[in-house]
Amino acid sequence: MGLGILGKKLGMTQIFHGDGSIVPVTVIQAGPCYVVQKKTAEKEGYNAVQLGFEEIKKVNRVNKPRAGHFKKANTPPTSFLREFRVNAEEVDANEVGSQISVEMFEIGEFVDVTGTSKGKGFAGVMKRHGFAGAPASHGAHEYFRHGGSIGQNMTPGRTMKGKKMPGHMGNSRVTVQSLKVVEVRSDNNILMIEGAIPGPNNGYVIINKAVKKSK
Amino acid sequence: MNETIDLLEKEHMRLDLPEINIGDNVKVYTKIFEGDKERVQVFEGIVIRKRGGNTRATFTVRKVSYSVGIEKTFPKHSPLIENIEVMSKSKIRRSKLFYLRNLRGKAAKLKEKRD
Repeated sequence: MGLGILGKKLGMTQIFHGDGSIVPVTVIQAGPCYVVQKKTAEKEGYNAVQLGFEEIKKVNRVNKPRAGHFKKANTPPTSFLREFRVNAEEVDANEVGSQISVEMFEIGEFVDVTGTSKGKGFAGVMKRHGFAGAPASHGAHEYFRHGGSIGQNMTPGRTMKGKKMPGHMGNSRVTVQSLKVVEVRSDNNILMIEGAIPGPNNGYVIINKAVKKSK
Repeated sequence: MNETIDLLEKEHMRLDLPEINIGDNVKVYTKIFEGDKERVQVFEGIVIRKRGGNTRATFTVRKVSYSVGIEKTFPKHSPLIENIEVMSKSKIRRSKLFYLRNLRGKAAKLKEKRD
């Protein structure tokens, strides 16, 4: 994994290509990102670069230990801090306190986007796992959105581990892979990506170069 | 709607085309690609519906061709639209003229609006 960038999902819209086709895009405010800390194998045991995104305007809300952390890097305090595991050369290439811009991505390149999905609360098996439910007629009685049987009889005498059942859905870390970059605006750090990404509008996201697909 | 997205959408909007209203008799010139050849097709009819905002806006044009009603929905800001010509305007009392679908011949005619 190389260095990525942090951002905020602004929302979705659509744009036209020259041939008249309509492309659904997600607009991401990606940056300005600051390099807040560098971690090296000698000191911390692994190589990583810590980035910070979205400046905290009300500086008095930042607690002292955290304020000191940003002061050391000589960057403004930011609300979203994440680490990227990189190799040793890449750690050296980045300067603490410097800015990372969206120019690291090109148009047509593929990216993976990680975010926290929208919370759905306690969801049944039809919504959570896509079960078919039960027939609505033919004598069905108070049994419409159930999941059916959850196991066998005396053998094994228990429900199998990992059986898909109702439960909490959403509000989890989700990565969507291989999304195409449609537009890069370096003047205001805007990134436009084809398709949908996890999370609500104004939710924080992590953008990496695609693991499975290159240009 | 986010302000940044609003600005981005404005860049993709076709502000060079004339304003169209419901009930207008319009000619829509669209580019058609056939293999590597490009030509312009004209669709003439009455605007019976407008919907959506910013880049998502579309409008529907209805015409009756050989006694078969034909409706075509165009994305208002599509780069494929070469030109829109407003031939005449009509007096209308609804924002959607779907009732025209049930009318034939003279009954389906709208009164012309003259300024």
